Amino acid sequence: MRPLIFFFLLCSSSVFSQSVESVKLVDLQKIIHGAGDRVLVINFWATWCAPCIKEIPYFEKLNTDDKNAEVILVSMDHDLDPNTDKVNRFVTRKKIKSRVLVLTESDPNSWIDKIDKRWSGALPATLVVNSKTGKREFIQGELGEGELEKLIAKVKNQ
Amino acid sequence: MKTTFLIMLFALLWAGSPAKEGYEIGDTAADFKLKNVDGKMVSLADFKDAKGFIVVFDCNTCPYSKAYNERIIALNKKYASLGFPVIAINPNDPAQSRGDSFDEMVKVAKKKGYDFPYLVDESQSVAKSFGATNTPHAFVLTKELKVAYIGAIDDNARKPQEATKHYVEDAVNALLAGKPVTTTKVKAIGCGIKWKNA
Repeated sequence: MRPLIFFFLLCSSSVFSQSVESVKLVDLQKIIHGAGDRVLVINFWATWCAPCIKEIPYFEKLNTDDKNAEVILVSMDHDLDPNTDKVNRFVTRKKIKSRVLVLTESDPNSWIDKIDKRWSGALPATLVVNSKTGKREFIQGELGEGELEKLIAKVKNQ
Repeated sequence: MKTTFLIMLFALLWAGSPAKEGYEIGDTAADFKLKNVDGKMVSLADFKDAKGFIVVFDCNTCPYSKAYNERIIALNKKYASLGFPVIAINPNDPAQSRGDSFDEMVKVAKKKGYDFPYLVDESQSVAKSFGATNTPHAFVLTKELKVAYIGAIDDNARKPQEATKHYVEDAVNALLAGKPVTTTKVKAIGCGIKWKNA
């Protein structure tokens, strides 16, 4: 029993878990406006959100396959649980390769519109931005197969 | 013929912009008839003495619904006797969220001792006409079913005791006092409604 407990302690410590970055809204806005030539793909998710977890492989695949796209998974877990352990463990367990941020802001009503006016705050939600032209597409709800690629093509062609 | 075409075109365009679906503040909500956990059909018109309604789109499974569960029960305890009953509606597709089936709703209502209707919106048409997107998602209606408030219950999902703004209570209190509702729309992080696959 004891070695097992020790094992879990180790897993939850920084030795094994990839630490996610905690950011404020201003940091996120800087990222959105400073992505250079790449298309920015930002997915808003949480560890408790089943449809979010279902669509994460699409983002992971994009992150590996498309070097012109910058994928960022922004966790909204902070709103219900300010301890980032759960997010860290999730990222480690699922071997997430994309950049993961935790937005540590309270009072969502004060910032949801600043991310996108079309967003009700429901998860999952995905924002695709062409930083060069400022064109953006926003989708609330789970993405279907191929939908992400369509959104990227849209912001590139606009 | 031309009108039909225009209506169809309009419907198509409308369908393409889901963000604009649903009620805005001041719109009159359409009454509905949905099955309650006791098997009986419930309409807002059944509440002859109501001065208004606290309609909450809610479910069994969403962590935000769980976080707000006691607060929703408390809202009904406080306001039903004052003429503003809570009407909870679960719009989630049980095919995508098994814990939100009608049988599970019956269990939750029993376990939590719901003394307000917990209705199933099987076709999801009521959630769509309201423009509900999250669970929980509150709509405060006047007696005439005019939409007076849309959004979050308060400003702290995690810690009810640390909430500084109680939006739904403020809206109902204002209506009870015959005053205008000051904060009419508030967004919150929440679970997206589990829509049926098109």
